[in-house]
Amino acid sequence: MSEHAAQPAARAPEHDPALRTMAIESLLIEKGLISTDAIDARVQAYEQDIGPLNGAKVVARAWTQPDYKRRLLENGTSAIAELGFSGSQGAEIVVLENTPQVHNLVVCTLCSCYPWPVLGLPPRWYKSDAYRARAVIEPRAVLKEFGLELPESVEIRVWDSNSDIRYMVLPQRPPNTAHLGESELAALVSRDSMIGVAKAAAPPDSVSSDNPTSAPADSPS
Amino acid sequence: MNPSIDAAQATNANPSDLRGDLALPRANGELVFAQPWQARAFGIAVALNESGAYPWRDFHTSLAREIAAQGSGEAADHYYARWLTALETLLTERGILSPAEIAARAAQCAAADSHHDSRLDNHNHDRHHRH
Repeated sequence: MSEHAAQPAARAPEHDPALRTMAIESLLIEKGLISTDAIDARVQAYEQDIGPLNGAKVVARAWTQPDYKRRLLENGTSAIAELGFSGSQGAEIVVLENTPQVHNLVVCTLCSCYPWPVLGLPPRWYKSDAYRARAVIEPRAVLKEFGLELPESVEIRVWDSNSDIRYMVLPQRPPNTAHLGESELAALVSRDSMIGVAKAAAPPDSVSSDNPTSAPADSPS
Repeated sequence: MNPSIDAAQATNANPSDLRGDLALPRANGELVFAQPWQARAFGIAVALNESGAYPWRDFHTSLAREIAAQGSGEAADHYYARWLTALETLLTERGILSPAEIAARAAQCAAADSHHDSRLDNHNHDRHHRH
Protein backbone atom coordinates (compact mmCIF):
# COMPACT_ATOMS: atom_id res chain seq x y z
CA MET A 1 0.00 0.00 0.00
CA SER A 2 1.12 3.53 -0.49
CA GLU A 3 -1.74 5.49 1.06
CA HIS A 4 0.74 7.11 3.37
CA ALA A 5 1.74 9.30 0.43
CA ALA A 6 -1.72 10.84 0.59
CA GLN A 7 -1.39 11.73 4.23
CA PRO A 8 -1.01 15.44 5.00
CA ALA A 9 2.69 16.29 5.00
CA ALA A 10 2.76 18.43 8.11
CA ARG A 11 6.16 19.45 9.42
CA ALA A 12 5.46 17.86 12.74
CA PRO A 13 7.46 15.59 15.04
CA GLU A 14 5.57 12.60 13.69
CA HIS A 15 7.32 13.12 10.36
CA ASP A 16 10.78 13.04 11.84
CA PRO A 17 12.02 9.51 11.21
CA ALA A 18 14.07 9.41 14.42
CA LEU A 19 11.03 10.32 16.49
CA ARG A 20 8.76 7.95 14.60
CA THR A 21 11.19 5.13 15.18
CA MET A 22 11.43 6.01 18.85
CA ALA A 23 7.63 6.14 19.05
CA ILE A 24 7.21 2.78 17.36
CA GLU A 25 9.81 1.18 19.59
CA SER A 26 8.25 2.50 22.79
CA LEU A 27 4.71 1.52 21.76
CA LEU A 28 5.81 -1.99 20.83
CA ILE A 29 7.64 -2.35 24.15
CA GLU A 30 4.53 -1.17 26.00
CA LYS A 31 2.44 -3.74 24.19
CA GLY A 32 4.91 -6.42 25.13
CA LEU A 33 5.71 -7.23 21.50
CA ILE A 34 9.39 -6.47 21.63
CA SER A 35 12.20 -5.54 24.03
CA THR A 36 15.09 -3.15 23.72
CA ASP A 37 17.41 -6.09 24.28
CA ALA A 38 15.84 -8.02 21.42
CA ILE A 39 16.42 -5.12 19.05
CA ASP A 40 20.02 -4.72 20.21
CA ALA A 41 20.52 -8.45 19.86
CA ARG A 42 19.26 -8.51 16.28
CA VAL A 43 21.50 -5.66 15.20
CA GLN A 44 24.43 -7.38 16.85
CA ALA A 45 23.58 -10.82 15.58
CA TYR A 46 23.51 -9.50 12.08
CA GLU A 47 26.95 -8.01 12.61
CA GLN A 48 28.50 -10.96 14.38
CA ASP A 49 26.67 -14.25 14.06
CA ILE A 50 25.00 -14.53 10.72
CA GLY A 51 27.85 -13.21 8.64
CA PRO A 52 30.71 -15.51 9.63
CA LEU A 53 28.58 -18.59 8.98
CA ASN A 54 29.52 -18.44 5.31
CA GLY A 55 33.21 -18.43 6.12
CA ALA A 56 32.74 -21.30 8.58
CA LYS A 57 31.19 -23.40 5.81
CA VAL A 58 34.15 -22.65 3.57
CA VAL A 59 36.58 -23.70 6.30
CA ALA A 60 34.70 -26.90 7.13
CA ARG A 61 34.62 -27.84 3.45
CA ALA A 62 38.37 -27.27 3.20
CA TRP A 63 38.97 -29.42 6.28
CA THR A 64 36.99 -32.32 4.88
CA GLN A 65 37.81 -32.17 1.17
CA PRO A 66 41.49 -31.93 0.25
CA ASP A 67 40.67 -31.05 -3.37
CA TYR A 68 38.53 -28.16 -2.25
CA LYS A 69 41.24 -26.96 0.09
CA ARG A 70 43.76 -26.97 -2.75
CA ARG A 71 41.43 -24.92 -4.95
CA LEU A 72 40.67 -22.59 -2.06
CA LEU A 73 44.32 -21.82 -1.41
CA GLU A 74 45.04 -21.44 -5.13
CA ASN A 75 42.11 -19.14 -5.88
CA GLY A 76 40.04 -18.13 -2.88
CA THR A 77 37.53 -16.05 -4.80
CA SER A 78 36.50 -18.81 -7.19
CA ALA A 79 36.53 -21.60 -4.58
CA ILE A 80 34.36 -19.48 -2.29
CA ALA A 81 32.03 -18.74 -5.20
CA GLU A 82 31.61 -22.53 -5.62
CA LEU A 83 29.68 -22.45 -2.34
CA GLY A 84 27.58 -19.56 -3.58
CA PHE A 85 29.28 -16.74 -1.69
CA SER A 86 30.29 -13.77 -3.78
CA GLY A 87 29.83 -10.08 -4.10
CA SER A 88 32.93 -8.55 -2.60
CA GLN A 89 32.74 -5.59 -4.96
CA GLY A 90 35.42 -6.86 -7.29
CA ALA A 91 37.94 -7.54 -4.55
CA GLU A 92 39.82 -10.80 -4.58
CA ILE A 93 39.64 -13.03 -1.51
CA VAL A 94 42.92 -14.70 -0.62
CA VAL A 95 42.86 -17.56 1.89
CA LEU A 96 45.85 -18.09 4.16
CA GLU A 97 46.45 -21.47 5.74
CA ASN A 98 47.52 -21.74 9.36
CA THR A 99 49.91 -24.59 10.07
CA PRO A 100 51.80 -25.76 13.15
CA GLN A 101 54.68 -23.54 11.97
CA VAL A 102 52.88 -20.47 10.62
CA HIS A 103 50.07 -18.39 12.08
CA ASN A 104 48.38 -15.76 9.91
CA LEU A 105 46.78 -12.58 11.18
CA VAL A 106 44.68 -10.19 9.11
CA VAL A 107 44.39 -6.45 9.57
CA CYS A 108 43.52 -3.45 7.47
CA THR A 109 45.93 -0.74 8.48
CA LEU A 110 44.28 1.99 6.42
CA CYS A 111 40.62 1.47 7.19
CA SER A 112 38.58 -1.66 7.66
CA CYS A 113 38.75 -3.72 4.47
CA TYR A 114 37.27 -7.09 5.25
CA PRO A 115 36.14 -10.19 3.32
CA TRP A 116 32.50 -9.58 4.14
CA PRO A 117 30.89 -12.14 1.80
CA VAL A 118 32.43 -14.81 4.02
CA LEU A 119 32.81 -13.03 7.36
CA GLY A 120 29.89 -10.64 7.47
CA LEU A 121 30.47 -7.32 9.14
CA PRO A 122 33.79 -6.54 10.79
CA PRO A 123 33.79 -6.42 14.57
CA ARG A 124 34.20 -3.05 16.24
CA TRP A 125 37.74 -3.77 17.40
CA TYR A 126 38.86 -4.59 13.86
CA LYS A 127 38.17 -0.96 12.98
CA SER A 128 39.91 0.48 16.03
CA ASP A 129 43.06 2.53 15.65
CA ALA A 130 44.74 0.40 18.30
CA TYR A 131 44.24 -2.90 16.48
CA ARG A 132 45.13 -1.45 13.10
CA ALA A 133 48.39 -0.04 14.39
CA ARG A 134 49.46 -2.66 16.88
CA ALA A 135 48.65 -5.78 14.85
CA VAL A 136 51.56 -4.88 12.58
CA ILE A 137 53.99 -3.65 15.21
CA GLU A 138 53.50 -6.23 17.93
CA PRO A 139 51.24 -9.02 16.67
CA ARG A 140 52.35 -11.47 19.33
CA ALA A 141 51.32 -9.10 22.12
CA VAL A 142 48.00 -8.38 20.42
CA LEU A 143 47.27 -12.08 20.07
CA LYS A 144 48.10 -12.61 23.71
CA GLU A 145 45.50 -9.99 24.62
CA PHE A 146 42.99 -11.98 22.60
CA GLY A 147 43.95 -14.97 24.73
CA LEU A 148 46.02 -16.66 22.07
CA GLU A 149 49.53 -17.38 23.21
CA LEU A 150 51.68 -18.90 20.49
CA PRO A 151 55.03 -20.59 21.06
CA GLU A 152 58.03 -18.52 19.95
CA SER A 153 58.72 -21.17 17.33
CA VAL A 154 55.55 -20.26 15.45
CA GLU A 155 56.06 -17.62 12.81
CA ILE A 156 53.38 -14.93 12.75
CA ARG A 157 52.58 -13.40 9.36
CA VAL A 158 50.50 -10.23 9.30
CA TRP A 159 48.49 -9.48 6.15
CA ASP A 160 47.23 -6.02 5.33
CA SER A 161 43.88 -6.17 3.53
CA ASN A 162 43.07 -3.51 0.99
CA SER A 163 40.42 -2.65 -1.53
CA ASP A 164 41.79 -5.16 -4.05
CA ILE A 165 42.67 -8.10 -1.82
CA ARG A 166 40.78 -9.26 1.25
CA TYR A 167 42.43 -11.91 3.36
CA MET A 168 40.77 -14.72 5.27
CA VAL A 169 42.52 -17.22 7.50
CA LEU A 170 41.99 -20.96 7.19
CA PRO A 171 42.46 -22.05 10.80
CA GLN A 172 43.93 -25.42 11.73
CA ARG A 173 41.43 -28.20 12.19
CA PRO A 174 41.19 -28.92 15.93
CA PRO A 175 42.34 -32.34 17.18
CA ASN A 176 39.78 -35.06 17.95
CA THR A 177 37.38 -33.96 15.25
CA ALA A 178 37.76 -36.88 12.84
CA HIS A 179 34.24 -38.10 13.69
CA LEU A 180 32.53 -34.76 12.97
CA GLY A 181 30.62 -33.93 9.83
CA GLU A 182 30.90 -30.71 7.88
CA SER A 183 28.13 -28.83 9.68
CA GLU A 184 29.45 -29.86 13.08
CA LEU A 185 32.90 -28.72 12.06
CA ALA A 186 31.54 -25.39 10.82
CA ALA A 187 30.14 -24.77 14.28
CA LEU A 188 33.70 -24.78 15.64
CA VAL A 189 34.84 -22.00 13.30
CA SER A 190 34.47 -18.55 14.81
CA ARG A 191 34.78 -15.24 13.10
CA ASP A 192 37.87 -14.51 15.17
CA SER A 193 39.57 -17.70 14.02
CA MET A 194 39.16 -16.57 10.41
CA ILE A 195 40.72 -13.19 11.19
CA GLY A 196 43.53 -14.98 12.97
CA VAL A 197 43.08 -13.74 16.53
CA ALA A 198 41.84 -17.12 17.76
CA LYS A 199 42.01 -20.81 16.97
CA ALA A 200 39.06 -22.88 15.90
CA ALA A 201 37.22 -24.18 18.97
CA ALA A 202 37.68 -27.64 20.41
CA PRO A 203 34.72 -29.95 19.88
CA PRO A 204 32.11 -29.41 22.61
CA ASP A 205 32.40 -32.90 24.05
CA SER A 206 33.98 -35.87 22.37
CA VAL A 207 31.30 -38.18 23.81
CA SER A 208 28.42 -36.18 22.35
CA SER A 209 28.99 -37.30 18.79
CA ASP A 210 25.38 -38.42 18.46
CA ASN A 211 23.90 -35.27 19.92
CA PRO A 212 21.93 -33.73 17.07
CA THR A 213 21.53 -30.39 18.83
CA SER A 214 25.14 -29.55 18.26
CA ALA A 215 24.67 -29.24 14.52
CA PRO A 216 23.64 -25.77 13.35
CA ALA A 217 21.21 -27.24 10.86
CA ASP A 218 18.46 -24.73 11.55
CA SER A 219 20.49 -21.64 10.93
CA PRO A 220 18.90 -19.36 8.40
CA SER A 221 20.72 -19.41 5.12
CA MET B 1 22.97 -18.62 -4.26
CA ASN B 2 19.58 -17.63 -2.88
CA PRO B 3 17.44 -15.82 -5.41
CA SER B 4 15.40 -13.09 -3.78
CA ILE B 5 12.27 -15.21 -3.96
CA ASP B 6 13.76 -17.35 -1.18
CA ALA B 7 14.01 -14.32 1.04
CA ALA B 8 10.47 -13.33 0.19
CA GLN B 9 9.15 -16.72 1.22
CA ALA B 10 11.30 -17.29 4.24
CA THR B 11 9.66 -17.20 7.64
CA ASN B 12 12.83 -16.21 9.41
CA ALA B 13 14.45 -12.94 8.61
CA ASN B 14 17.65 -13.00 6.70
CA PRO B 15 18.19 -9.40 5.69
CA SER B 16 21.36 -10.36 3.86
CA ASP B 17 19.13 -11.97 1.24
CA LEU B 18 17.52 -8.67 0.32
CA ARG B 19 18.72 -8.10 -3.23
CA GLY B 20 18.68 -5.55 -5.99
CA ASP B 21 16.78 -2.39 -5.12
CA LEU B 22 15.96 -3.94 -1.76
CA ALA B 23 19.59 -4.58 -0.77
CA LEU B 24 20.77 -3.03 2.49
CA PRO B 25 23.04 -0.02 2.01
CA ARG B 26 26.67 -0.91 2.48
CA ALA B 27 30.00 0.80 2.21
CA ASN B 28 32.99 -1.44 1.82
CA GLY B 29 30.90 -4.35 3.01
CA GLU B 30 29.74 -2.75 6.19
CA LEU B 31 26.13 -1.97 6.83
CA VAL B 32 25.64 1.74 6.70
CA PHE B 33 23.46 3.36 9.31
CA ALA B 34 23.81 7.07 8.77
CA GLN B 35 21.95 7.77 12.00
CA PRO B 36 21.14 5.70 15.08
CA TRP B 37 17.42 5.52 14.34
CA GLN B 38 18.22 3.57 11.18
CA ALA B 39 19.85 0.78 13.18
CA ARG B 40 16.85 0.79 15.54
CA ALA B 41 14.40 0.57 12.65
CA PHE B 42 16.44 -2.29 11.21
CA GLY B 43 16.50 -4.13 14.55
CA ILE B 44 12.79 -3.58 15.20
CA ALA B 45 11.74 -5.06 11.86
CA VAL B 46 13.94 -8.12 12.30
CA ALA B 47 13.10 -8.67 15.98
CA LEU B 48 9.34 -8.38 15.36
CA ASN B 49 9.56 -11.00 12.66
CA GLU B 50 11.46 -13.32 14.95
CA SER B 51 8.96 -12.86 17.75
CA GLY B 52 6.23 -13.93 15.34
CA ALA B 53 4.52 -10.59 14.75
CA TYR B 54 4.61 -11.18 10.99
CA PRO B 55 6.27 -13.47 8.48
CA TRP B 56 9.38 -12.00 6.87
CA ARG B 57 7.64 -12.37 3.53
CA ASP B 58 5.20 -9.65 4.56
CA PHE B 59 7.91 -7.19 5.50
CA HIS B 60 9.75 -7.99 2.28
CA THR B 61 6.57 -7.27 0.30
CA SER B 62 5.90 -4.04 2.16
CA LEU B 63 9.47 -2.85 1.59
CA ALA B 64 9.33 -3.78 -2.09
CA ARG B 65 6.10 -1.83 -2.53
CA GLU B 66 7.52 1.18 -0.75
CA ILE B 67 10.71 1.18 -2.82
CA ALA B 68 8.70 0.71 -6.01
CA ALA B 69 6.53 3.69 -5.07
CA GLN B 70 9.24 6.02 -3.79
CA GLY B 71 12.27 4.88 -5.75
CA SER B 72 15.40 3.35 -4.35
CA GLY B 73 17.95 5.74 -2.97
CA GLU B 74 21.61 4.87 -2.78
CA ALA B 75 21.98 6.68 0.49
CA ALA B 76 21.13 5.12 3.83
CA ASP B 77 18.86 8.08 4.62
CA HIS B 78 16.66 7.29 1.63
CA TYR B 79 16.75 3.56 2.13
CA TYR B 80 15.80 3.58 5.79
CA ALA B 81 13.09 6.18 5.20
CA ARG B 82 11.50 3.55 2.91
CA TRP B 83 12.25 0.84 5.45
CA LEU B 84 10.55 2.78 8.23
CA THR B 85 7.47 3.55 6.16
CA ALA B 86 7.27 -0.10 5.11
CA LEU B 87 7.39 -1.08 8.77
CA GLU B 88 4.70 1.44 9.75
CA THR B 89 2.48 0.35 6.88
CA LEU B 90 2.83 -3.29 7.84
CA LEU B 91 2.14 -2.61 11.52
CA THR B 92 -0.94 -0.60 10.55
CA GLU B 93 -2.20 -3.23 8.12
CA ARG B 94 -1.86 -5.90 10.74
CA GLY B 95 -3.62 -3.78 13.34
CA ILE B 96 -0.62 -3.73 15.66
CA LEU B 97 -0.25 0.06 15.76
CA SER B 98 -2.28 2.90 14.30
CA PRO B 99 -0.84 5.96 12.54
CA ALA B 100 -2.53 8.20 15.11
CA GLU B 101 -0.95 6.28 17.95
CA ILE B 102 2.50 6.62 16.38
CA ALA B 103 2.02 10.34 15.70
CA ALA B 104 0.90 11.00 19.26
CA ARG B 105 3.81 9.10 20.75
CA ALA B 106 6.28 10.82 18.40
CA ALA B 107 5.03 14.18 19.64
CA GLN B 108 5.53 13.03 23.23
CA CYS B 109 9.02 11.81 22.40
CA ALA B 110 9.82 15.16 20.80
CA ALA B 111 8.88 16.94 23.99
CA ALA B 112 10.75 14.50 26.22
CA ASP B 113 13.76 14.17 23.99
CA SER B 114 14.72 17.81 23.59
CA HIS B 115 17.45 17.52 26.23
CA HIS B 116 19.26 14.44 24.98
CA ASP B 117 19.94 14.83 21.33
CA SER B 118 20.07 11.27 20.09
CA ARG B 119 19.09 12.51 16.68
CA LEU B 120 22.29 14.46 16.42
CA ASP B 121 24.40 11.52 17.46
CA ASN B 122 25.67 10.83 14.01
CA HIS B 123 27.50 7.56 13.48
CA ASN B 124 28.86 8.00 10.02
CA HIS B 125 32.40 8.94 11.02
CA ASP B 126 34.32 6.33 9.04
CA ARG B 127 31.77 5.36 6.43
CA HIS B 128 33.21 7.16 3.49
CA HIS B 129 36.85 6.28 3.51
CA ARG B 130 38.62 6.32 0.23
CA HIS B 131 41.25 3.74 -0.23
